[in-house]
Amino acid sequence: MNAPLIGARVQRKEDYRFLTGAGQYTDDVTMPNQAYAAFVRSPHAHAVIKKISIDKALKAPGVVKIFVGQDLADAKVGGLPCGWLITDVKGQPMKEPPHPCLAQGKVRYVGDHVAVVIAETLDQAQDAAELVKVDYEELSAVTDAAKARKAKPIHDIAPDNTCYVWALGDKAAVDAAFSKANHVTKLEFVNNRLIPNAIEPRSALGSFSRADDAYTLYVASQNPHVERLLMTAFVLGLPEHKVRVVAPDVGGGFGSKIYLYAEDVVVTWASKQINRPVKWTSDRSEAFLSDAHGRDHVTIAELALDKDGKFLAMRVKTTANMGAYLSTFASCIPTILYATLLAGQYTTPLIHCEVTAVFTNTTPVDAYRGAGRPEATYVVERLVETAAREMKIDPAELRRRNFIRNFPYQTPVALQYDTGNYDATLDAVLKLGDVSGYSKRKEDSSKRGKLRGIGYAAYIEACGIAPSAVAGSLGARAGLFEAGEVRVHPTGTVTVFTGSHSHGQGHETTFAQVVADRLGLPIDNVSIVHGDTSKVLFGMGTYGSRSIAVGGTAIVKALDKIIAKGKKIAAHLLEASEADVEYDKGEFRVAGTDKKKMFGEVAFAAYVPHNYPHDKLEPGLNENAFYDPANFTFPAGTYVCEVEVDRDTGAVTIDRFTAVDDFGKIINPMIVEGQVHGGITQGIGQALTEGCRYDASNGQLVTGSFMDYCMPRAGDVPMFKIDTRETPCTHNPLGVKGCGEAGAIGAPAAVMNALTDALGVKDIAMPATPQTVWKHLQEKSHARV
Amino acid sequence: MTLKVSMKVNGKPVSADVEARTLLVTYIRENLRLTGTHVGCDTAQCGACTVLMNGRAIKSCSIVAMQAEGADIMTIEGVAKPDGTLHPMQAAFKENHGLQCGFCTPGMVMNALDFAKSHPNPSEQEVREALEGNLCRCTGYHNIVKSIIAGAKAMGGKL
Repeated sequence: MNAPLIGARVQRKEDYRFLTGAGQYTDDVTMPNQAYAAFVRSPHAHAVIKKISIDKALKAPGVVKIFVGQDLADAKVGGLPCGWLITDVKGQPMKEPPHPCLAQGKVRYVGDHVAVVIAETLDQAQDAAELVKVDYEELSAVTDAAKARKAKPIHDIAPDNTCYVWALGDKAAVDAAFSKANHVTKLEFVNNRLIPNAIEPRSALGSFSRADDAYTLYVASQNPHVERLLMTAFVLGLPEHKVRVVAPDVGGGFGSKIYLYAEDVVVTWASKQINRPVKWTSDRSEAFLSDAHGRDHVTIAELALDKDGKFLAMRVKTTANMGAYLSTFASCIPTILYATLLAGQYTTPLIHCEVTAVFTNTTPVDAYRGAGRPEATYVVERLVETAAREMKIDPAELRRRNFIRNFPYQTPVALQYDTGNYDATLDAVLKLGDVSGYSKRKEDSSKRGKLRGIGYAAYIEACGIAPSAVAGSLGARAGLFEAGEVRVHPTGTVTVFTGSHSHGQGHETTFAQVVADRLGLPIDNVSIVHGDTSKVLFGMGTYGSRSIAVGGTAIVKALDKIIAKGKKIAAHLLEASEADVEYDKGEFRVAGTDKKKMFGEVAFAAYVPHNYPHDKLEPGLNENAFYDPANFTFPAGTYVCEVEVDRDTGAVTIDRFTAVDDFGKIINPMIVEGQVHGGITQGIGQALTEGCRYDASNGQLVTGSFMDYCMPRAGDVPMFKIDTRETPCTHNPLGVKGCGEAGAIGAPAAVMNALTDALGVKDIAMPATPQTVWKHLQEKSHARV
Repeated sequence: MTLKVSMKVNGKPVSADVEARTLLVTYIRENLRLTGTHVGCDTAQCGACTVLMNGRAIKSCSIVAMQAEGADIMTIEGVAKPDGTLHPMQAAFKENHGLQCGFCTPGMVMNALDFAKSHPNPSEQEVREALEGNLCRCTGYHNIVKSIIAGAKAMGGKL
């Protein structure tokens, strides 16, 4: 038929609706007789609730109902579950404190949910929420992970505020290697807490139908089936088949919309209590307080090297902030998705990592774009670059001396890399980034009175999450396969249902390319459906750059079944042996003859089965597949960043940013490039502008709006130079690895390596705001005097 | 207390009784059910709610509906031709992959329309400065900048 669709820059099917205002995000959905919810949130970081008075609020105009924690307890509504059980160094399960949907006697962070007010209009709900009077007895609060263990206990079951102490690796062997090393590089740093800030705030619209005895929840979610499973089985105790969860158009997620949130549960439950639909939409101020945050590690990291710069061992000690409660996947982020990535692209033979996860009086922390892997990359790549400088070895050369080159490669931290070519991405980025011209550019900067620096980051990530059995053995309480369904209609057009969810990634286009390519059909004959539990058979959703590798493969498996059945039907129609029927470019042909049937003819025969092998086959052409991956996928790449620093203001400009990634096979380069641009920008945000701050004296969130929390704007980033190299994944049929998080994983280390180079310092804290950099420059100049 | 407010939205006269505190964006979304205009923040920082008021890009979260009395408002729903053909600026966003999740997109397009009227051949720097009031979390702005440069050229200084 036409040009190949795999690898083509196909424009997106979803764009027309978004460009004309026809997208349907959760808050755009309105139901007849809908009421509005406003949550009363704790103004204190840590307090005992002495009394809640709702009388005045109940009398306010338009108020329909007010619920408090006791109402949920009386109705036996459970708390929010955590989906991953970490076993600590002593073989004990992590501490899992209750996570009530409305506070039960105590509040543990500013923004904790205390009550919900439901009214006829949003304004009335918000007005009345201000009339709910709560008497608190304030307790001392802790926000800093490093100080949590000695602070006032937040949960009864964790008197030292410790969720777990977990470790990976052979500590004795690592210590022995360090004692023999020629050189040890040591860094201590904080991986700054970030607030995801998808531009669409979270929203949930719950409704209950007495006629069907069934609920519908529209919700801004990355994984509607998981949301339903957790909510029905663990929180509300509802029959799963009586709950429909729809995640319609979703305006970005970056991790923050994976989780089951209290608001989702409360509006669903309340819709039955008042027999009306209940909508809640977060405003941005609430989002800052209540969306799960990301990162927040305090780390001591060491790298041991021999005299030639060969890595001998790595030793890492991290304290990870969980926030006040365990969010859905909080526990696995600083462990399973962090320590296992510490080999990076290198042959480091011995690695030990100890992680202490602590509770603090802050918003719960969970996966945010990259989830553990940006933190790991930051550890590895800051250590490597620093070691190169200390040992006076070119940083690219030091990396080359330690690259893994034989695959499959078993790391000392549990993962087995199937394939990769780290020299290829490094070579390519040096060229594309014109690194040989760097010294000239540095001279030019100097002439203009500016400081200039260059930094690298060679990252690896584990994507395509995940082989269920492996995940299960590591504590996952869910499977991590994906499901797909290919429904061929009688006229030969195709609807594909995927358990993956698109909230910006462009699945409706990328997946349609895969289907149209495999079936040899025009792409306009294929539609992709996602995000609705009443349409899609099942799904684990979108996170961890898993959609194409796991969700895409499930679709391919279903397509294989369609073609296999089509061959049987065609063989019957063509009076040929099934073994002789070939399928190519939309045609079933009898090999070596001109006898053929078009895909549409076979589809029609399957639904109008007058001449049909009824003795052997059922009518219809509709197939499901579930795919459980054999391994993780391992995207990797190298980034080079050049920064310029203004000595007078401390402002850091990203002058050049060059990225070469290996994502395996690429379906749509245009979409992949967009993912990389966005990821890098979030990484630059972490490095230079974004930092969540709490007031340590009282636990108040200081960075509670876009005026205090500095999101990267168009003027903060350059045009990016990016390219790819391709080593296909060995264990999925598309050879794909995933691309969604790479930029956010590699960029922070590249930027900070460049900045420390420019400043001539070992380390400087993220985010390196102009103030931070300026202060540093002042101290340095005073030190010289 | 409610007040009557009248304006033209996408060429059509509309009027309603609204509360004095009702924001223009709330009026557009809730009363008119034109949900293409989005709310991404509550501090006039993100620009997702940008519409054209008398031809100028404004953040519709930053004024109350009454302030638009008698005004001519254009929302994202009014940008494409009546037959559904995309406006050149919309087409440029599609061709350059200038959107991902689509949530900031209407505000980006509305801001770009106003900008492009006076910048038929903008530089990258001019576009980046013009985007000071619009946040995008998906695209890293790279393709939005490309889209606006292409869209502005296609518009030739005319809306």
